[in-house]
Amino acid sequence: MRHRPVADVSHLPTYDFGSASPMWWGTLAFIALEATGFALAIGTYFYLAVLARHWPIGAPAPDLLPGTAVLVILVASVVPNHMIEVWARRQDLAKVRLGMVVMSIVGILPLIVRIWEFPALRISWDQNAYGSIVWFLLGLHTTHLLTDVGDTIVLAVLMFTQKGKAGRRFSDVSDNAFYWDFVVVSWVVLYLVIYWAPRM
Amino acid sequence: MSGLAGKPAEHTQEALKGIRDTGLEEVRLRAFLAHAWRTPKGFYGWLVTVDHKLIGRRYIVTAFLFLILAGLSALAMRFQLAQPEAGHIGPDLYNQLFTMHGTTMMFLFAVPVMEAFAIYLVPLMIGTRNVAFPRLNAFSYWVYLSGGLMIWIAFAFETGADAGWFSYVPLAGPEYGIGKRPDFWAQMVTYTEVSALAVAVEIIATVFKQRAPGMSLDRIPLYVWSVLVTAFVILFAMPAVMVSSTMLILDRLVGTKFFDPAAGGDALLWQHLFWFFGHPEVYIIFIPATGFVSAILPTFVRRPVFGYLGIVLSLIAIGFLSFGLWVHHMFATGLPQLGESFFTASSMMIAIPSGVQIFCWIATIWGGRPIFATPMLFVLGFIFTFVIGGLTGVMVASVPLDLQVHDTYFVVAHFHYVLVGGAVFPLLGAVYYWFPKITGRMLSERLGRWNFWLVFLGFNLTFFPMHILGLQGMPRRVYTYPPASGWGEMNLFISLSSLVVFAGFALFFLNLFLSLRNGRIAGGNPWGASTLEWATTSPPPSYDFSRLPVVTHREPLWAEPDVLPVVEGLRVDAREVLAGTVADAMPQVRVPSADNSIWPLLSAIAVGGAFLGSIYTPWAVVWGAIPVSIGFICWFWPKGEPEDEE
Repeated sequence: MRHRPVADVSHLPTYDFGSASPMWWGTLAFIALEATGFALAIGTYFYLAVLARHWPIGAPAPDLLPGTAVLVILVASVVPNHMIEVWARRQDLAKVRLGMVVMSIVGILPLIVRIWEFPALRISWDQNAYGSIVWFLLGLHTTHLLTDVGDTIVLAVLMFTQKGKAGRRFSDVSDNAFYWDFVVVSWVVLYLVIYWAPRM
Repeated sequence: MSGLAGKPAEHTQEALKGIRDTGLEEVRLRAFLAHAWRTPKGFYGWLVTVDHKLIGRRYIVTAFLFLILAGLSALAMRFQLAQPEAGHIGPDLYNQLFTMHGTTMMFLFAVPVMEAFAIYLVPLMIGTRNVAFPRLNAFSYWVYLSGGLMIWIAFAFETGADAGWFSYVPLAGPEYGIGKRPDFWAQMVTYTEVSALAVAVEIIATVFKQRAPGMSLDRIPLYVWSVLVTAFVILFAMPAVMVSSTMLILDRLVGTKFFDPAAGGDALLWQHLFWFFGHPEVYIIFIPATGFVSAILPTFVRRPVFGYLGIVLSLIAIGFLSFGLWVHHMFATGLPQLGESFFTASSMMIAIPSGVQIFCWIATIWGGRPIFATPMLFVLGFIFTFVIGGLTGVMVASVPLDLQVHDTYFVVAHFHYVLVGGAVFPLLGAVYYWFPKITGRMLSERLGRWNFWLVFLGFNLTFFPMHILGLQGMPRRVYTYPPASGWGEMNLFISLSSLVVFAGFALFFLNLFLSLRNGRIAGGNPWGASTLEWATTSPPPSYDFSRLPVVTHREPLWAEPDVLPVVEGLRVDAREVLAGTVADAMPQVRVPSADNSIWPLLSAIAVGGAFLGSIYTPWAVVWGAIPVSIGFICWFWPKGEPEDEE
């Protein structure tokens, strides 16, 4: 088949930010499927709650302190997260490096608090269905937190190497910040379910 | 088309690195591209490749191998059921056989084979060079393969799943599920869902971002629309079965109480979660099959499909509605009647968009000049068979009728008409249609006709009498029945007819085998079709297109049969594709495409090891996380490829 050139794309950039980048769409698709998993787990929580005569079953409502502490840390982390997003788009390497270090620490903090959060549920996973579902919800979010913090730390290290100077790394940083917002938003919802639904 | 490429050339910044295809003569261009997009030769190349065609091909072959295994287990069941009180197969093995048959057909054949075709065809049909995340694609295959091997190896060691393809609790729960059988089932689900979700994500990103310039939403081939809608259905349906199978494993392994009514759990919760996935699952299989029909039909009636917009809207409507039907699998569980009525209505509602598609296809045939080649025969066989399956579907959507025929052979007949008629017939048509593109050779038409008539007649002779058996009250999933039931003769007839289907499939595989070596050389576009995959050679080169096409028409190769409008300015010394806007496919970025890598395979081994270990101990997840993390970090860590310098 003969070819007829009709357009020149040589001037186009080789990376971009947000919805211009296929990686952003991949991240969004992963957020969508993980959010579906959360939604179904939350649906299970309320399904079991409706069936039960008393809710929570055989346990007091969870202790508020550790979960609220995680909430405060995560909501506060939105500020540096959005600063890093702006710096990444400006391709300011020095600030992005600083921001990635800050975000790595901010990511580790709630994981440390979470060590006290599981006992604060005041029920074991194998005691009854209520125990099972709250451990499941908290476990799901912890897995998300762990994977994203892992990702952030690896990216932070990468930004301090020679390879961090490539332009597309800033796009990666921006997508990482985008995913962190999901980790925060999902905790706001899960926090309300785990800590406040039993108190309603 | 000058405005097509966004910013004017003077704003090129430092981007003009690398060797470009602009003005390059065809021979040199192809030599450069062949080097940049090569897969190393030999076994190592087989392990590291990220070429969507090689991965799609091996997905297809693997899925068909699982079809053979599932088909043989069906034959074994028919052997046992041919006579009343036959003693060939005992109840325990029979339970494993029907579970392995259903599980394999749904999880290891039907869904993967549909995704496999999408992996192979989508980049070619939308005019790009690979899927959006090529290494994720390679990873998905290895995870799928390990999940399939795991459950079949377990079966070989008498640990085959035996609680049905939907693995209901309490039968599959800690109290009644024997040994590790349900655990292997549950983890197989995890493997295959991870793989299916990965493919769904990459299909969405590929179709949204990597379409050829000018391929606006209203110019996307209908097949691509169908797999895009399917990918969204996967995205929102599959997490349900991952959540539920994880809960099942946890109940069995660490004593959670999700499905234990004595501790506040609920057995029906399993059914809700499973069917919230399980019903869309049917459409995950069916929607791409309708895409095959919409791709094959125009070629063999020599006109564009009638009602393009109507078909696209129907596909999207089916995608949405598929999430509102799950309770019709649970009519016999004593749910509130108002709820049942709602699900009856929504089950009947899905007949509307399905009907719109069928009428559009009939109108297309009506307005064209049909050529009755083998792919077209399968399309016609599909329309006939699927309409029957659809009609019995409307019947069982009604609660009183469903209660009568629930768990009988009527339901077995219904869903085989829908799944085999609705998905396997178009799939076989698709194999005949795209085999020339994939291999460069035509399949034998003579064997193809024999293949079609044997499968079509054999199928109807096998499954139609099951409607009657079901109405007579023969239950599903029984390993035998008494002579006094009077079901013996019809069962013998069904078992003999299943041999006709078997012969039809044997001819199919024979045709593939013979034509691979001796088939007529196909050429680029043997059917005179209109979509972009036929604009390149058969089989396509590693880089798919030497220059990326520009689309100006919904049927590009019919609008301009001899000349392909193309873009210039892409790198040829490194892997590069174009990403554009979602609605209009206006080019935005020249994106690097990932090179071959061993890390997707090693990561899949690490993930698979963690899954397998978790059947026996929860600590496998903790310790398994270490190799999984190492695998992923090495996968993502840049290796100094030329495009990384930009």
